[in-house]
Amino acid sequence: MNPWRLYLRSPTAVLGALLVLAVAAMGLLAPLLYPDDPLGLAGRPLQWPGDNPRFPLGTDPSGRDIAAQIFHGARVSLLIGFAATLIAVAIGIAVGALAGFYGGAADTALMRVTEAFQTLPNFLLLLLLVAVFGSDLRTITVGIGLVSWPPVARLTRAEFLTLRTREFVQAARLQGLGDAHLILREVLPNALPPVLVYASVVMAVSILLESALSFLQLSDPNVPSWGNLIGLGRNVLRTEWYVSAIPGVAILLTILGVSLVGQGLNDALNPRLAGR
Amino acid sequence: MSALDIEALTVALPPGADRPHALRGVSLRLDAGEILCVVGESGSGKSVMAMAAMRLLAPGLRVEAGRVLLAGTDLLALSEEEMRRVRGRRVAMVFQEPMTALNPLMTVGDQLAEMWRAHTDLPAAEVRARSVEALREVALPDPEGALRAFPHELSGGQRQRAMIAMALALEPEVLICDEPTTALDVTTQAQVLALIRDLQRRRGTAVLFITHDFGVVAEIADRVAVMQHGLLVEEGPVSRVLEAPAHEYTRRLLAAVPPLRAPAVRRAEAGGAALEVRGLTKVYGAAGLFRRRRATRALDGVSVTLKRGATLGVVGESGSGKSTLARCVVGLLAPDGGEILVDGAPLPRARAEAAKLVQMVFQDPYASLNPRRRAGEQVAQGPVAAGVPRADAAARARELFELVGLDPAAVSRFPHEFSGGQRQRIGIARALAMRPKVLVADEPVSALDVSVQAQVLELLRDLRARLGLSTLFITHDLRVAAQVCDEVAVMKDGAVVEAGPVASVFADPRHGYTRSLLAAVPGREAPGLGGGRPAPMLSPAGE
Amino acid sequence: MRVLPLALRRLAASIPTLLLILAGLFLLLQLAPGDTVDALMGQMGGGDAALAAELRRYYGLDLPVMARLGDYLWRLVRLDLGFSAIYGKPVATVILERLPATLLLMTASLSFAFAAGMGLGVLAARRVNRWPDTLISTLGLVFYATPSFWFGLMAIVVFSVHLQWLPAGGFGDVAMGYEGWEAALDIAWHLVLPTLTLGLIFLAIYLRIMRASMLEVLSLDFVRTARAKGLTETRVVARHVLRNALLPMVTLIGLQAGTMLGGSVVVESVFALPGLGRLAYESVVQRDLNTLLGIVFVSALLVIAVNFLVDLLYARLDPRILSGR
Repeated sequence: MNPWRLYLRSPTAVLGALLVLAVAAMGLLAPLLYPDDPLGLAGRPLQWPGDNPRFPLGTDPSGRDIAAQIFHGARVSLLIGFAATLIAVAIGIAVGALAGFYGGAADTALMRVTEAFQTLPNFLLLLLLVAVFGSDLRTITVGIGLVSWPPVARLTRAEFLTLRTREFVQAARLQGLGDAHLILREVLPNALPPVLVYASVVMAVSILLESALSFLQLSDPNVPSWGNLIGLGRNVLRTEWYVSAIPGVAILLTILGVSLVGQGLNDALNPRLAGR
Repeated sequence: MSALDIEALTVALPPGADRPHALRGVSLRLDAGEILCVVGESGSGKSVMAMAAMRLLAPGLRVEAGRVLLAGTDLLALSEEEMRRVRGRRVAMVFQEPMTALNPLMTVGDQLAEMWRAHTDLPAAEVRARSVEALREVALPDPEGALRAFPHELSGGQRQRAMIAMALALEPEVLICDEPTTALDVTTQAQVLALIRDLQRRRGTAVLFITHDFGVVAEIADRVAVMQHGLLVEEGPVSRVLEAPAHEYTRRLLAAVPPLRAPAVRRAEAGGAALEVRGLTKVYGAAGLFRRRRATRALDGVSVTLKRGATLGVVGESGSGKSTLARCVVGLLAPDGGEILVDGAPLPRARAEAAKLVQMVFQDPYASLNPRRRAGEQVAQGPVAAGVPRADAAARARELFELVGLDPAAVSRFPHEFSGGQRQRIGIARALAMRPKVLVADEPVSALDVSVQAQVLELLRDLRARLGLSTLFITHDLRVAAQVCDEVAVMKDGAVVEAGPVASVFADPRHGYTRSLLAAVPGREAPGLGGGRPAPMLSPAGE
Repeated sequence: MRVLPLALRRLAASIPTLLLILAGLFLLLQLAPGDTVDALMGQMGGGDAALAAELRRYYGLDLPVMARLGDYLWRLVRLDLGFSAIYGKPVATVILERLPATLLLMTASLSFAFAAGMGLGVLAARRVNRWPDTLISTLGLVFYATPSFWFGLMAIVVFSVHLQWLPAGGFGDVAMGYEGWEAALDIAWHLVLPTLTLGLIFLAIYLRIMRASMLEVLSLDFVRTARAKGLTETRVVARHVLRNALLPMVTLIGLQAGTMLGGSVVVESVFALPGLGRLAYESVVQRDLNTLLGIVFVSALLVIAVNFLVDLLYARLDPRILSGR
């Protein structure tokens, strides 16, 4: 059956897509709904949600509008998540495809590099990159991409390893077609579905990494971010816990959405394994 | 007295399947002390019947009506716990794949001992003694050692013997064998069949034997039941069914049998060699830096000659090196020594050059086409890469589709829209598109049902006559070799042990191995298999 | 015992990986703006260029890059991780002081996540597509989507602030002056929330993998054989399915050891635990690159050690490994 129809038949997959779309809409609408700087002073600090109709989600310890920060934060979370995922998937596919297709010495060398990256705890490596190169938005995005590609490379390599010995690839080789054709037209299209599904995991992890970094106040301080807000809320946790609670829910729902989309894609692209 | 009575059994397939029922009103009687063979092509429902009797149907399948009586008790009416006590103790089963049917993480001894642990409370020492005895019964060498072995440490045949020991451990009344020898080499198959027959005789067990292979039927059956699309079409004593099949379908199946004896005269060849292989050597698994593996000589000085316009069969069991030879000839593997000459010149290393000289037809019709690209594109892409204008290549692909018996309009379809036999035809068209000097066919029909197999063999014969193809034909099936080959080379352990015109090699084998190979072909001496013709293979291995 | 040579061989194979990491880290350090001398001079409140050059010569920073790389590797081989200007002690000493808390936290979290994940995964697979499965799978999804630091904070709000059941942070009550068993119990008490917090996401991953792995194994031929032998369903699952289904789980421990160490940075910060992760955070904030590099190096060693243990465990579970398949 058509993968799209299969996808749309699953209620959880549709829910996931709606969640992601809602977060994306928040990000897109942020400049329209909250044109002022979300990090600027908006009112009396620490107003509870509902106390003041101007601030439906209340204000933080510095008197900034939480709702505005949530909307602008959506933009940052999705943007970093998406860009970092693109970087990680691109590196991962390139490394995995070359290692898996050629095998031998190229495989050994590329896999050693992959192992090296996987042996280093990804968050620690990210901290190191931030410590060395600073913490502006671009560095963080590239950094997250750089620490997230090894699983993609392993997955791609595994797919290539099985696919390259398939008879249809051998047949194309015997027809005199070059390696570029074999990799791009014969193997890659068949290897892509599981990698695409895994991209949703990379995206979820990227969003989590960014929020953890900004929670520790190590991210770009000039950009509104959900993790940042949770970190600010720590100081008033015992009394005004909502400051931390609200952005946490936003992160949770975003990642839930991304995961559900991934699951839906998996069921739609690999129908035999549905329900697993 | 009947041991097992299947009465009007109907099993429903899940909604959305290609037909509503896997089995429709099948009634079958298995008498005590007899071997009843159930024969059918893939999708006939023969395995479903066995699993329904064990009440181990795959999820989605459901018994809709009927009874399965074991000595008068309806198994389908038992509680789950009562049925559990029947399984293994009164009705036991042997499965097809010896590789996967045993738990890889448990020793053979532990898996065997489970039979007694589950159904009796014998002390451990007694269980052990009986385990050793059971393995001795199935003629496993070193039964004590086999108990401690893990499944991967045994060969396929040994594993199947262990499975049989397990199934017969508690002396069940009924033994169900589901294609137990299909995954085995022909000589091993002959031994396991003899073992089953022997044990059955001595113990008087009733055996329900499921197979796709009429040769096996001729070897082992007392009675035969033929199934088609979930229906029982014919049933009777083995000699009567083989000699005088009553049903049209049975007749058709028997007619599709390739006879083992080759036509005595085939046109004598002249015009030199299309392919010459001289002293070819290939060694696998030379020592690496971190892991030391024993090197195996897959090819050990192989020399064969394929005459222009002829078909040379390379036959042998698994591990004989015949597939390695095929892959070396087309250039997918680099040999470690020796020469490959096509039309007198060495096979060029450049992929694009070699493509014009040799092409290959593969075994698996499902793996040999890219599922994500159109069939026509896959046929045309070779010529396009060689510089043929795209439009010309596409036109040629349509011609080739017609040539191999497919609708030319089907070039724009995707592989999943074709049946297995049609895919094999696409594979042939793809190879022919390059206009090769030599065609290498690696087990091209062994994954096909017997009736489809006959059609593809017919196509290959026809193409040879029309195009004058020179073909290197790799097969494990001597019947197939007898039908399509002019000459044959018998391989064992990486070497050619005997070669010559197929008629004379099969009629008068010189080498001991060739003789044992021919002797092991099931049903070769069966009387009345279509006027002395040997028995057919019905459905693919691994159904 | 053929397991040990195999594992040792794997261990030897990780040496090139380690060298690659170290060379990479060294290069990264070369890219960092400012060096040890700049940091020292900053500490001293400034100085002139002559002093800087003198110090550079003293620390060997004027040598060519390759020589310094060799020197760096040689120092690491002797476990000389340099000196932490911030803590005023050798980095190795600082790290050793912080290691126990992190090891304890990781072991506890891993055990919790593995055991609970396995149990829930088995339960879900046995009731596949029925309500216990739906419930467990949904919980898994939610746990997976929960940022650990946020969960930690909310747990503090609920269990420490409102219910006052569990301590909000720290590695034990120093003021109480506990000794022996009481001290151990006190530490365990303080580790309950951090363990849950760090383990949550891994619990979600393990339960999902265990469920999928169980379903996969349940569909294999040998399970059908086991049923045909007349084994009870419990015996089929316990003796045949479980061990086979555990194999991917064990692999996962090795693959995620690094992720877990990374996660401890955040969790130790939330609960003010004196561990390696918190040290890493502090050294980033204080620009103590020497310490941070030391931590990264020790973490890599830890990950390699975990993988070594995983290899041993895997070889014990799967006899095919030893015969090279």
